[in-house]
Amino acid sequence: MSVAIIEVCDVHKRFAPFLTMGDRIAAQLGARVETRAVRAVDGVSLSVKRGETLGLVGESGCGKSTLGRMIAGIMAPTSGTVMLDGAPVMVDGQKADTRVQMIFQDPFASLDPRMRVGDIIAEGPLAHGLISKAEKADYVAAYLARAGLAPVFASRFPHQFSGGQRQRIATARALAMQPDVLVCDEPVASLDVSIQAQIINLFLQLRRELSITMIFISHDLSIVRHVSDHVAIMYLGRIVESGPTETVYTDPKHPYTQGLLESVPKLVLEDEALVRLQPIVGEIPSPLAPPPGCHFNPRCPYVFDACRSVRPELHPLPGGRLAACHLVTPSVLGRAS
Amino acid sequence: MSGRNAPILQVQDLRTHFFTRAGVVKAVDGVSFSVDRGEIVGLVGESGAGKSVTGFSLIGLVDPPGRIVGGSIRLDGQELVGCPETEMRRLRGARIAMVFQDPMMTLNPVLRIGTQMRLALTAHERMSARAARERAATALARVGIPDARARLAAYPHQFSGGMRQRVVIAIALLHGTEVIVADEPTTALDVSIQAQILSEMRELALESGTALVWISHDLSVVSSLANRLLVMYAGRIVEEGPVAAVLRDPRHPYTAGLLRSLPATAKPGTDLNQIPGGAPSLLDLPAGCPFRPRCDRATDACRADPPMTLSGLRGYRCHHPIDAAAAA
Repeated sequence: MSVAIIEVCDVHKRFAPFLTMGDRIAAQLGARVETRAVRAVDGVSLSVKRGETLGLVGESGCGKSTLGRMIAGIMAPTSGTVMLDGAPVMVDGQKADTRVQMIFQDPFASLDPRMRVGDIIAEGPLAHGLISKAEKADYVAAYLARAGLAPVFASRFPHQFSGGQRQRIATARALAMQPDVLVCDEPVASLDVSIQAQIINLFLQLRRELSITMIFISHDLSIVRHVSDHVAIMYLGRIVESGPTETVYTDPKHPYTQGLLESVPKLVLEDEALVRLQPIVGEIPSPLAPPPGCHFNPRCPYVFDACRSVRPELHPLPGGRLAACHLVTPSVLGRAS
Repeated sequence: MSGRNAPILQVQDLRTHFFTRAGVVKAVDGVSFSVDRGEIVGLVGESGAGKSVTGFSLIGLVDPPGRIVGGSIRLDGQELVGCPETEMRRLRGARIAMVFQDPMMTLNPVLRIGTQMRLALTAHERMSARAARERAATALARVGIPDARARLAAYPHQFSGGMRQRVVIAIALLHGTEVIVADEPTTALDVSIQAQILSEMRELALESGTALVWISHDLSVVSSLANRLLVMYAGRIVEEGPVAAVLRDPRHPYTAGLLRSLPATAKPGTDLNQIPGGAPSLLDLPAGCPFRPRCDRATDACRADPPMTLSGLRGYRCHHPIDAAAAA
């Protein structure tokens, strides 16, 4: 698979509580000290082809942002590797490649309020020697234009802009590093509907014109459907299903994907047609103590014995799809029946 | 008192303005609507449209520098605008209640859920601690909290976000409330939890006859919950009508633009239809129709404020409404 630009191989990320000597002694003596680690990402493998957009979907706490940060090379995995074009994105806990850049959810937090927009955009390219000081003004103007902003904005400060415009600045900053891969973590979640459309259109345009590879992280299923070629659905640190977007949306194989798609409120256009929302029962379990076997088993309507003890692996299905469910794995289903 | 079939809530020409140093912000500027018993009304708009301020005005919780400067709000015939605070306190929580977006802001973090519910009960009725516990446990069970009696001893932080919002809804329902104003109550929740709460709320409203004013920025949420839709823009209602009818055949260009900008209505991968520009500053509204600078149908006639045109169950404020039937 030489066409894959991003190759994620069995990546894990654990967040262990920081224990002082006192905590350790107290735990030894039987006091209630939280010693368990959160398994934010629990054995994820995936690959993204050049020029493709992968949508990462899941509810809060599923590990999608953590996975995104590891792909962007700004967080080191506990184990496993993230490769960009065959070379690791991180070496010794340091980001080793600038060709993957990230756009964050909150443009009010991701832009330094004391820096002018031009300096925000030029900081990375200058530090990495992509441009010289003399080229700065033209370079900034070009990337502001690319993100749909006027060149005069370079001398302004972030507080002078609205949320949508700030997200454009954050996009210009990421693009200025001339990345091959853009990791977008909920880039439109904090924006109003009509502004969301403007930013989504900007991303679609960038993809067409720059053939950039994108990892698009979102909890909003309709936005992910709109922008992604492939999707991966995450639940409690694991990918439960992945495949080409339209096939997954029209014919979901994993019970969690099915429930999630059922839960999305739809626009109802018939009078008095009260939509039957079929919510998934129960709550998302704590990632401190996920249920054994399949993480979804306590909420799954089709649960059987194997689900409570054996972790289902991602199993290939026709059409380039993968699903981690015992119902689609022939061997386990055979044993159960 | 009005009859059984009269609207439980009638809002006439409500105006809530904020007197800031920068000028007068007309957050709500001439809003009229009514809500029937047991009806679910969805109030939709983008940030700054005035939908939350409308909600706060309904329960009389507009803080200075804001003030209701005009109009009338009648709850079952009783005027709430200018009603003394002592009387308002008697109504608030008993007959009209509000559920906010963030349940952690509503619940007191240092009191057990049972204690908070008892306080809410005894604020309006004399009852023994034992009777209050019973009522509270029943209310929690009704909103789908398992093991309700034991959960009364828990603190808010011991609940998940969805469960906390259920507790808040249970408190709002304690006194057989007639109107609940819900301000983005599911926005902070996950999709699967939101779906649970939406379907429970619909059943509760149906079962108890409580009217709901559901404030949201999400047209899809409102469409799967509400009977009637009110679309707000720059402090006024620009379109209203039965939910499905408005979504199928919007008359106001803003409603149409909002609908077309949703990914759900477009073919995947194609450019979304975008409304040009951003929401106008409420300090400095354009004269006439406030949507005029962003509207592709605007003409000179739009420099005059369009009145609300009512036809049947539908209403819109526009000089050049979209007429799908005529265009086809």
